[in-house]
Amino acid sequence: MDIVVCVKRVPLTEEVDLVIDAQKKGVKKDQLAFVLNDWDNYAIEEAILLKEKHGGTVTAITVGNEDDEEVLRRCLAMGADRAIRVEAGDMSRFDSFGIVKILSQVVKDLPYDLVFTGVLADDDSYGMVGMMMAEELNLNHSSMVTAIELEDGKVRTTSELEGGLGEVSVVDLPALITIQTGINEPRYVSILGIRKAAKKELKVMDLAELGVSDGELAPRAIIEEVYLPPETEGAQILTGDPDKIAGDLVEILTKKGVME
Amino acid sequence: MSDIFVIVEHRLGEIRDITFEMLWKAGELAENLSHSVSAVLLGHEVSSIAEDLSDRADQIIIYDDERLKNFSADLYKEIIAGLIEETKPPLILIGSTSWGMELAPCLSIKTGLPLATDCIDILSENGRFIAQRQMYNGKIFANVSFAETSGCLFTIRSGVFPKDKIGDRQAQKIQKGFPLIDIKPGKTFVEFVETAAGDVDITQAELLVSVGRGIGEEENIALIKELAEALNGVVSCSRPIVDKNWLPKYLQVGTSGKSVTPKVYIAIGISGAFQHMAGTNGAGTIIAVNKDPKAPIFRTAHYGIVDDLFKIVPVLKDKVLEAKKG
Repeated sequence: MDIVVCVKRVPLTEEVDLVIDAQKKGVKKDQLAFVLNDWDNYAIEEAILLKEKHGGTVTAITVGNEDDEEVLRRCLAMGADRAIRVEAGDMSRFDSFGIVKILSQVVKDLPYDLVFTGVLADDDSYGMVGMMMAEELNLNHSSMVTAIELEDGKVRTTSELEGGLGEVSVVDLPALITIQTGINEPRYVSILGIRKAAKKELKVMDLAELGVSDGELAPRAIIEEVYLPPETEGAQILTGDPDKIAGDLVEILTKKGVME
Repeated sequence: MSDIFVIVEHRLGEIRDITFEMLWKAGELAENLSHSVSAVLLGHEVSSIAEDLSDRADQIIIYDDERLKNFSADLYKEIIAGLIEETKPPLILIGSTSWGMELAPCLSIKTGLPLATDCIDILSENGRFIAQRQMYNGKIFANVSFAETSGCLFTIRSGVFPKDKIGDRQAQKIQKGFPLIDIKPGKTFVEFVETAAGDVDITQAELLVSVGRGIGEEENIALIKELAEALNGVVSCSRPIVDKNWLPKYLQVGTSGKSVTPKVYIAIGISGAFQHMAGTNGAGTIIAVNKDPKAPIFRTAHYGIVDDLFKIVPVLKDKVLEAKKG
């Protein structure tokens, strides 16, 4: 069972004040810390679990600059066999469609039974790369998957629907699957583990090698403008020391009739 | 006059709310642009669904076939791509739902039409459509348009538009034949399973004390349980807590969990992603404790405490016990 997992490095934005850049096309990223996209962390773990059970290989791929190798090293430390980074220069000139073209070009020449992506990326939240790749590569697919079982030449998936409902399907291999958070418990990665994994293969490819030109990668989506959320009335903020706040809360709870 | 297409989402014989919401938006745009609204309905034995939509669209284009009994992104993609090719609609709306998120990207590649996902509004400017959407968990908004195109695909977030009827419409029903001779979907439906069954029914609770990622460690959940107990309330949670297996799925509030209707909903360490907030629309009063003043939850909560939950929760528990004694 050979599995290819597409991953992305994204900024951590919780408890951070995001600042819009001068062109109003994105946010300033120089002060932000970066991590492996949460969904992709589950995807790589799921691939490694399947490899541990059934044998085979796991290859992690990303498109990005040298800094993005950090997430590939993490994937290698978790148990991926090899990693590929596509050096594509200034990433802001691509939309999801361009990324799909690049990733598909890499994947099509690799041996694989399964391709995994996360359901979406925490930064721009488009959630379209996985299924676009499925169509681009003409692969069978299943999305938002929370359970996977291998069967002979097939894979049985549970897709998460709304309202606590799951949809069980059987998909013929090879297939592309988008992985939902919670499907497993991603393993812990130590600094030592990352250092040890430095011996594993991390290949860098460029667009010329892949045979894709900038013309083919021209974006269709144009970000007109990014902006902070419009002001709303918002919550009435309770202030003071914890004692005062707790007192105010008890008063509110009493008024709302839930203190009996 | 050109058509705005709405792809009807239905499950187990019921029209999903997202369908009505998209038809509302399509109706609003159609009125301003003198377009018409076409509902595109794929399924098997769907006449009652068509009937229920008949005053919300100008046309209902129906593909009724046994092979469409269950949703299949493969079949939907082929059929809708053919219809788009034939009729060239300027705008196609699909739900940003589990099914829509599988279908729309495939359809985009298949048809060559650009796609904007999870849109919270659609603006129309000089004959172009512009998607309003969110990034970075709702901390940033973005307006997205497209390079020159004959049409575009938008997936629409659930709950952002009213479910109401708009305008006065009487749909003409157009029955289409199943157009494909030789297509074998690569994915076969097996069954639906209930993933959130359990002993506690949070949908019946009057008071929920809900915990999110901000709790940090599994053992800290005891703090939330103690507060809930003092208040005689029920513990619930947001998705990350279930993903980590710290609490069971049946306690999860949100799109993929339960929708709740308590008198009071206390959200502790929950940032307020829209998937979570969608489950709290029926809550009377929402009180949020979070140390990030920019957390989206403060946009919808009624009362907010911008502070460390570990400072607030123990004191609150003591105050509640004290008040109950008195």
